[in-house]
Amino acid sequence: MTQITKTNKTNFIAEPGKQEVVMTRIFDAPRDLVFKVYTQPEHIPQWWGPKYLTTIVEKMDVKAGGLWRFVQRDPEENEFAFHGVYHGIESPERIISTFEFEGTPGHVVLETASFEALPDGRTNVIVSSVFQSVTDRDAMTGEGMERGATEGWERLAELLTTL
Amino acid sequence: MSTIFEVLAEPTRRDILDLLRQRPHLVGELVEQLKLSQPLVSKHLRVLREAGLVEVRQDAQRRWYELRFEPLIELDTWLTAYRQLWEARFDRLDDYLQALQEEKKDDTDNQDE
Repeated sequence: MTQITKTNKTNFIAEPGKQEVVMTRIFDAPRDLVFKVYTQPEHIPQWWGPKYLTTIVEKMDVKAGGLWRFVQRDPEENEFAFHGVYHGIESPERIISTFEFEGTPGHVVLETASFEALPDGRTNVIVSSVFQSVTDRDAMTGEGMERGATEGWERLAELLTTL
Repeated sequence: MSTIFEVLAEPTRRDILDLLRQRPHLVGELVEQLKLSQPLVSKHLRVLREAGLVEVRQDAQRRWYELRFEPLIELDTWLTAYRQLWEARFDRLDDYLQALQEEKKDDTDNQDE
């Protein structure tokens, strides 16, 4: 059975038939620090992508109307690029931006990241992703589902823990 | 009819599913393990049955409550990839934030010396 070792878990809410997905997670760090690693380019390669890919920040102009473009490279030199526009920055509470995977152009996601300072010094991060349609959301969230579709107990246990 | 998310949003119902995940249970066993009243447990079981998450198997005088996987698998399939992406990202962010704070603490410690 899968052991959940992390003390803080990610909550994932995605209601069937809706265009939105909401993720929340509490971090043991003050809000200013969390906001900093979200908005300063030198920190992005340390957490934004999976470990097996190298993330390169090509552009990151954190202001309303500013562009961002991140490129991920695998060991075989294949590249995956993502870009978007910052719509609004309210330091240190909120970042509103768009997200687009260049492999599926035209499918844009509106992302709102909110940072909530908790009284104990921790930070609650809430990320809402709004897709252009339910079909878009389900296509994007279902990517790689052949790989993920298993019927085991473990997966169910994991599902029940994360919901 | 409630959506599966509304059904799963209730903590007691998740506890019930967790118990049924281990093996089928009788109402009495659930009442005992959850330390709740029988009417309350029955009420939750009814909601779970209506959502197709639980079914009843009649065995002589006993009614066994069993988990049905289908709705959960359906739900899980399309959630998996996106959730894994964000979980991995948040896990890394968590580790990184810890590392940054330890670094800072070390610096402060050194300054004190």
